[in-house]
Amino acid sequence: MSELIINTAQAQNSVNPILEVDDLYVSYGAIQAIHGVSLHVNKGELVSICGVNGAGKSTILKSIAGVLKPKSGTIRFKQVDVTGKKPEQLHKIGMALVPEGRDIFPTLTVEENLRIGAYGRYKPKTYAADLEDMFNLFPILKERFHQAGGLLSGGEQQMLAIARGLISRPDLLMMDEPSLGLSPTRVDQIFELILELKGRGITILLVEQNAKRALEIADRAYLFSNGRIEYAGCPKDMESSIDIAAVYLGANEGGNGV
Amino acid sequence: MNGKILIEFFINVFSMGSLYALIALGLVFVFGICQLINFAYGEFITVSAYILYFVGTFTSLPWPIVFLIAILVGVAVGYISELVAFRPFRGRSLDALLVTSFAISVILQNMFQIGISPRSKPVPVPAVLAQNINLFGVTTPLRNIVLIITTFVLLVVLTLIMKYTPLGIAMRGASENFVTARLMGVPANQVISVAFIICGFLAGIVAIFWSVRTGSVEPMMGGTPLNIGFIAVVIGGMYSLPGSVAGGYVYAFISNTLSLILPTTLLSFRDAIMFIIVITFLLLKPEGLIRGSYQEERVG
Repeated sequence: MSELIINTAQAQNSVNPILEVDDLYVSYGAIQAIHGVSLHVNKGELVSICGVNGAGKSTILKSIAGVLKPKSGTIRFKQVDVTGKKPEQLHKIGMALVPEGRDIFPTLTVEENLRIGAYGRYKPKTYAADLEDMFNLFPILKERFHQAGGLLSGGEQQMLAIARGLISRPDLLMMDEPSLGLSPTRVDQIFELILELKGRGITILLVEQNAKRALEIADRAYLFSNGRIEYAGCPKDMESSIDIAAVYLGANEGGNGV
Repeated sequence: MNGKILIEFFINVFSMGSLYALIALGLVFVFGICQLINFAYGEFITVSAYILYFVGTFTSLPWPIVFLIAILVGVAVGYISELVAFRPFRGRSLDALLVTSFAISVILQNMFQIGISPRSKPVPVPAVLAQNINLFGVTTPLRNIVLIITTFVLLVVLTLIMKYTPLGIAMRGASENFVTARLMGVPANQVISVAFIICGFLAGIVAIFWSVRTGSVEPMMGGTPLNIGFIAVVIGGMYSLPGSVAGGYVYAFISNTLSLILPTTLLSFRDAIMFIIVITFLLLKPEGLIRGSYQEERVG
């Protein structure tokens, strides 16, 4: 019931949605992973999805990007129904996903990794400039340009993964746990970078386990739990109105949290 | 005398190795992209060999044209089999694809048996290829030298394509992580089609050199090259194109060495010894000579 109220509130809030997910159900075989999730991202917004492991955060990103086929519900991207479209089709119309665990092509060089990043939207005229832009954002990639992606450190691989997503000039950049497994200084770097991208006006949908950091920079946030949206709204309200630690530690099951 | 034997040995290793490398490459191109061992590959080779027989016997077209037709038919068979047989089952399970490849293999074998003949047919061979030439004091058929040169040229061209063209880079990316490549806009259908086209193309080339060597074609002939290709790939590494090529040459090297050093009484066990070596290889180095993007999967 409370979800319903939140959803209507959201619908009224959506000013200029670039992405609208409506009542999405996703399952892995017999296991239901997403139970009727609705969310939206407005143009230029930075939206965070937080929640514990197995809450369905990655699943929702994979469904939006076309890797997983939803059982029911709709996904609209730039006012077009794209439910059930293939990942390559969605990339072509401006969606990019920086996958969890980075998924660098290990034996391909940094150069080749970036070239594939632009594959679906490659424009010979602008590619050199886009590449230069990536070098400005990530000088390390210029240094390592001809090295195999697998030889980069974890933090460098994450930068390559983000650059690989950005180089196609996406209208929506989705990032799945970009800070996962990185050293604290690298984590700082990644969050600074996300802020910089937001400053450039790039629309970002960020999935993060590091809820504190993700909520600090987000315009809006969704809290996922067991494949449902537990809370949606302004990050500040979220922090004050619910005991995030309780949700994270699973204490809400016992009833002393939310 | 000894020097001559050595030269002969190396000519044999390089010519057989070239053929085996091409066979292995055809398997690995498809495996790299789809994780599918294409058991119909042997029959792709057989189809092209039959084309050589038919066109070579019943027309008087010049040899280059005959060869070209055989290769083009190989390409068509690779492309069409992916389109009608593999594509509908993709996204189901890998087992389904594996069974499909067996099915194509059996269907084609039976088509040859019923439609053509269960007996072997003589494949006409251009006389020039069978001619012996003298190389460093050793006589060897010209076909061996042509095979070595053709393979070298093909490997260079394929390497350039895979390294420098956008499609080649995309295919290498897709063979390392298919889903991620799709997320970057690499179309699944396109790269898989191309992998099967290259597979069919290589089957056509292999068919030419295989039938030139054996001089005949029969419905079940595809089994042997498939076996050889599989062993070469196991030695070289399933996940690496250069690995599979290396595997082909290593296979030829081991097999020729065995022929050279085994006493006559043991020569009939050559293949058995070969298999023991392969099994040992699998135990000690399951990822093959060149690792590629091989990752050990944990069980349980």
